[in-house]
Amino acid sequence: MTIKVGIPGSLLYYLYYPMWRTFFNELGVQVVTSGVTTKNILDQGTREALADACVPIKLFYGHVMDIKDRVDYLYIPRVVCLNGKTVYCPKFLGLPDMIRYSIEKVPPIIDVRMDTRQGRFALLKAYLEIGRILGSPKILVIRAYLKSVGILYRYNRLLRKGWSPVQAMNFLENQVGGTAFADSTKPSLKFAVLGYPYAIYDSFISVNLIDKLRKYGVRVITAENIHPALLALQRNCSLPKRLFWTLSDRALKAAHLLFNQHRIDAVLHLTAFGCGPDSLLNKLIEMEAKKHSDIPFMTLMIDEQTGEAGMNTRLEAFVDMVRRKKEALACQK
Amino acid sequence: MSKVTFPRMGESWRTFKMLMEDLGNEVVVPPRPSKRTLDLGVRYSPEFACFPLKILMGTYLECIELGADMIVTTGGVGPCRAGEYAMLHQKILRDLGHNIKMIVFEPPRFYPINFIRNVWALNKARVSIRGIIAHIKRAWRKLQALDNVEKLSHVIRPRELKSGNTSRVYREGLQWIDQAYSTSQIIEAEAAALAALKDIPQDPHRMVLRVGIVGEIYVLLEPASNLEIEETLGNLGVEVEKSMFLTGWTRDNTWKETTEGMTVKEAAASYLPELIGGHGRDSIGNTILCAKRGFDGMIQLAPFTCIPEIVARTILPRVSRDYDIPVLTFFLDEQTGKAGMSTRLEAFTDLMRRKKIQQTRTSLLTS
Repeated sequence: MTIKVGIPGSLLYYLYYPMWRTFFNELGVQVVTSGVTTKNILDQGTREALADACVPIKLFYGHVMDIKDRVDYLYIPRVVCLNGKTVYCPKFLGLPDMIRYSIEKVPPIIDVRMDTRQGRFALLKAYLEIGRILGSPKILVIRAYLKSVGILYRYNRLLRKGWSPVQAMNFLENQVGGTAFADSTKPSLKFAVLGYPYAIYDSFISVNLIDKLRKYGVRVITAENIHPALLALQRNCSLPKRLFWTLSDRALKAAHLLFNQHRIDAVLHLTAFGCGPDSLLNKLIEMEAKKHSDIPFMTLMIDEQTGEAGMNTRLEAFVDMVRRKKEALACQK
Repeated sequence: MSKVTFPRMGESWRTFKMLMEDLGNEVVVPPRPSKRTLDLGVRYSPEFACFPLKILMGTYLECIELGADMIVTTGGVGPCRAGEYAMLHQKILRDLGHNIKMIVFEPPRFYPINFIRNVWALNKARVSIRGIIAHIKRAWRKLQALDNVEKLSHVIRPRELKSGNTSRVYREGLQWIDQAYSTSQIIEAEAAALAALKDIPQDPHRMVLRVGIVGEIYVLLEPASNLEIEETLGNLGVEVEKSMFLTGWTRDNTWKETTEGMTVKEAAASYLPELIGGHGRDSIGNTILCAKRGFDGMIQLAPFTCIPEIVARTILPRVSRDYDIPVLTFFLDEQTGKAGMSTRLEAFTDLMRRKKIQQTRTSLLTS
């Protein structure tokens, strides 16, 4: 019988799932995921997690609850630092421990520590450790690792082209779904949607934000669509100190870049209720937006009670206002 | 000449005031956080920033009204949000039109040059290096004295015969230490304060519960933010031991890790092997250590939305079960009311007391 490893479909899933899936499949391990978020998953998560935790963490709990009885191992790596500079949110660092000690009857958790500050081969070592836990020979693990790195590269390239993670994952898994997406009408507006991948791309928790914007005829840019080198060029975004957290840092750099490029019509920041790093990030983006008063900026907050109607109204109103402003400006010229 | 101010954290301002004045600065003493401080802080801070940021925001604004134009504070290297707060405070204050100078002390172990440069900027009287070291040593002694007196007051308060005595004597003792200047005076004042506390008439037969307090350092140390939880507990007949004092924390974070710090880390290792910033791991480690030392219960204090403490809070119920020690958590913010807190504390002490009585009864029966 093959070993089944469960990967909860939230948080880092949106950034690294194709890589992890390839890695485990190469080792002959079956991967089970919880798939897209549903109402049931969210409800379960809200019940299990601490009330003070943020929505993404609650969602993660829900995803764990969904798959924990169907797998032999849960794969929740302790991702500390992947670029040698910034770390992940403290909740990510303590995630395996939170799951282990607060959910009843969890299967064994593979919680290898990934910290590239420890040396050049820290990541490979982490994956070798996974291989050891699963009892795979070293040479096979190294081959699987190399292949998975290649997949991650392709995945990120697809994301940069503007594919959504779900489409890209589908494409890499089944080699189907050629075109990115069919735009029925030529989009007239270009919005930047900033925020964390696990909030933006989770169509349930973000109430389909991106699809909605597309329906209104808006082209959407996210931080994932921008080349990392361009983001790195932003340095510290004229702050005396860079943000500690990888994803927040990336969002801030994207905001800085997009505001200064002046090629977008508006900026939306999607933040989750109770998100710690966002309390800073939002303020910093807001201050950046203040400097560029010609680009409208809106913060959307999501939580487990977010309703479809309220979101629609706000989005429609915002899009209409931006469009009217743009048309008025065009008339003046 | 610029006027210097700094964050207020319990009684430590007495020390910092002395040190700043020794270096030739004019000091604006931060007022005790009040309703108005909170209102100001909440108005200008991000909504989901944690409580310390809001209180400090209010404190800074009040200090600026009093004429301060230079703020000395601490930085940090993450991953706790507090490390970025100095930067955010400065940005917000500048945005409001206050042109203040921020002097941010990063951990000197990693940023020695930053430390030297900051000390140089603060050294208005151009004191010699030897003089600076002597001033810091004396300030350190004062900080220790303040901590020691506070520790003893937590032991005496639950045993006092006449309620309110300890708080009165404690406040007097603080005044003595405040007025002491040279090292020998500080030692003398400390001894006098300790002796005065010990002289308070006590009830030796009272059943006193021992409770440890863990959590985030600011809400732990600033009585205005935790609604004087130690006093409330003391009056309920509970001896309080705070897991963290400014002296211990400073030692751990400036020069080298102490053995106490290492023990806490080790104790927490099986539950939370990773440093998650803030005091999340210390909360877990100290809970385990206190359980082993036979405490009757633990109280965790955390600001609302504090990331490390949320992680700790998720794991603590398991620790509580494994080590059979009750844990009560308070998430504090500007909405927390004293009455609600008192009710919860009363219920908690009642439960602990009943548990203790039952335990003594069963041990009497079996022996």
